[in-house]
Amino acid sequence: MATSDAIIKITSCSKHFGPVRAIDDVSFDIARGEFFSLLGASGCGKTTLLRLLAGFEQPTKGNIFIDGQGMAGVAPNHRPTNMVFQSYAIFPHLDVRRNIGYGLRDAGLSKKELDGKIDQMLELIKLPGFGSRAAHQLSGGQRQRIALARALIKRPKVLLLDEPLGALDKKLREEMQLELRALQRNVGITFVFVTHDQEEALTMSDRIAVISQGKVLQIDTPTSLYESPNCKEVAGFIGTMNFFDGTVKSMEEANAVVDAGPLGDVRTRPFAAKLPASGASITVAIRPEKINLNPSRPSASHNVIEGRMSAAAYLGDRSHYYVAVKGRNAPIAVAAQNVNAARSWLGGQDQPVWLSWREDSVILLDR
Amino acid sequence: MSTRADAGQPVEYSPSKVVEGNRYGWLFVYAVLYIAFLYVPPLFLPLFSFNDSIYVAFPIKGFTFEWYRQMAKSTGLLDALYNSLKVGAVVCLASTLFGMLAAKAMTRYTMPGKGPMASFIMLPLVVPGIILGIALLVLTNQVGLELSLFTIGVSHVLICVPFGMLVLISRLEGFDKSLEEASLDLGVNAWKTFWRVTVPLALPGIIASIMLTFLISFDEFILAFFLAGNEVTLPIYIWSQLRFPAKLPSVLALGTLILTVTMVLVAVAEWIRRRGTATTKPTAG
Ligand SMILES: Nc1ncnc2c1ncn2[C@@H]1O[C@H](COP(=O)(O)OP(=O)(O)OP(=O)(O)O)[C@@H](O)[C@H]1O
Ligand SMILES: [Mg+2]
Repeated sequence: MATSDAIIKITSCSKHFGPVRAIDDVSFDIARGEFFSLLGASGCGKTTLLRLLAGFEQPTKGNIFIDGQGMAGVAPNHRPTNMVFQSYAIFPHLDVRRNIGYGLRDAGLSKKELDGKIDQMLELIKLPGFGSRAAHQLSGGQRQRIALARALIKRPKVLLLDEPLGALDKKLREEMQLELRALQRNVGITFVFVTHDQEEALTMSDRIAVISQGKVLQIDTPTSLYESPNCKEVAGFIGTMNFFDGTVKSMEEANAVVDAGPLGDVRTRPFAAKLPASGASITVAIRPEKINLNPSRPSASHNVIEGRMSAAAYLGDRSHYYVAVKGRNAPIAVAAQNVNAARSWLGGQDQPVWLSWREDSVILLDR
Repeated sequence: MSTRADAGQPVEYSPSKVVEGNRYGWLFVYAVLYIAFLYVPPLFLPLFSFNDSIYVAFPIKGFTFEWYRQMAKSTGLLDALYNSLKVGAVVCLASTLFGMLAAKAMTRYTMPGKGPMASFIMLPLVVPGIILGIALLVLTNQVGLELSLFTIGVSHVLICVPFGMLVLISRLEGFDKSLEEASLDLGVNAWKTFWRVTVPLALPGIIASIMLTFLISFDEFILAFFLAGNEVTLPIYIWSQLRFPAKLPSVLALGTLILTVTMVLVAVAEWIRRRGTATTKPTAG
């Protein structure tokens, strides 16, 4: 990402609340026009980071630049950002039109101009004709859209969204994810989007910052985060992952052979940039959907292990299986698409099965 | 409604119904006695204010408007009423304003010494009125201030601010503080946000605070007694007239009028409060 085109620059920023380090020495850039997500578990500091950008909190240390301007001491009402609050914060004493037009009341527009802009916004959020509704006559989805329109009418350089879809039911949420993404492409405004839902972050974002305990663990595109996480925490947070402790036995050209305890010797093809040293203690990680389930011993000479089926969950389009292997407490998770109606050879619990995987499906992580 | 529910009940349930009915029977008697205890004494006011006798005692003699006529002619009483209204009006506005500022500080800002400051504001609530009265009298003498309606008003503000603050704190805590942040975020400065968001949303609380503090000031006796100069407030005037039996019935007439106005005001305030909570309660999405 070209830093020259960064709309937001955060440089070694910290925010402490007494002993709590809500944000702990964070530095990164967000590019102009990007859909950027902050992803992390509850309490990791996502809202705090967003409030630092909006100006509701001042950093304990470090600086924030928005569009080249230092934000130290700049009040929220003077920042080129607008926010969609987690609770939406729709003004209960104003109707929909007044809510949407609230930020332009002092802009010196004529009544006609203002009405035109509000109508445009109502059109954009697909709620034309809702202008005269009172705030308490709206559904959750409608409130969410109005909060969005109220912020967008200000044409901010950056729109901050704090879990805007968290209060919606699953179906509406999926609909709104697509809509929000399309809207962002249309208006071309930089979105900083907070979520704790990794699937949501993966579907919507250009880039994602994974945050844990106030620190940024990794910033990458959804594909890179999923396929090559840089640490155990990221690998475990995004999707499901099977982890095995191991030691590097040998390096054969670009291939590593890892002694992974109960798995036996695992052959991997790690990225050239991250070649481990021989003898190093590392973690072997394999995604459930990258493991094949076989009824009998496959012919491959390595990356094969025998186990017993301990549980299976049928999810319609796919199934999740849990396979117990000798010498390991936690079962190995396997996910398979149900391409054929059913796996007729699957006899049920305790049936012996063989797991196999490709060399390039294995991720090596520092322990 | 209960009869309809009973009709649908199987017969075996009726014994327990009777027991329950009995218990509620006792509760009902208790409630009636309690309400009578609360409301019968004030009802003597209108009763005797129309009684055609100078003595406030049973039996009732006859019906008359005489005491109301006397009340309207008694300049001392009307002056005292006017003084009380004047002091009450200023006190309720001032203490609601101060209460609002204090409530905003208590609920919206983090600052050092917030806890001790809150206790300090609440102090006049727990200091006995007579102590406060003496203390303020000594203070006014020391400062060289002349006793007047002004000194009464200042002392009333002192005891009314905690009430206003409490009412408004509960109101301000009742709505999402991100509403004010949203206003700031949309480019509206803190002062305009206060007027466009905080005040409209706190309005039911503001009205409640104005009425409550007005009533406190209106019937406050001890502080007014210590701090009154030549002009007196109504409670002091009434107290001073109790020595003259002939004046008592017209005091009762005034009392009746005040009671009526108070009840109307309280009903209106309650109506506003309910409307307020109906429109500001968010419907969960
Ligand atoms: N005003 C505050 N005073 C003290 N501690 C705070 C304050 N705001 C946040 N914190 C603490 O900072 C940490 C990060 O909080 P934050 O609200 O940013 O989390 P979050 O990632 O948004 O969580 P969630 O997903 O639950 O919304 C938490 O431990 C929280 O308790
Ligand atoms: Mg949050």
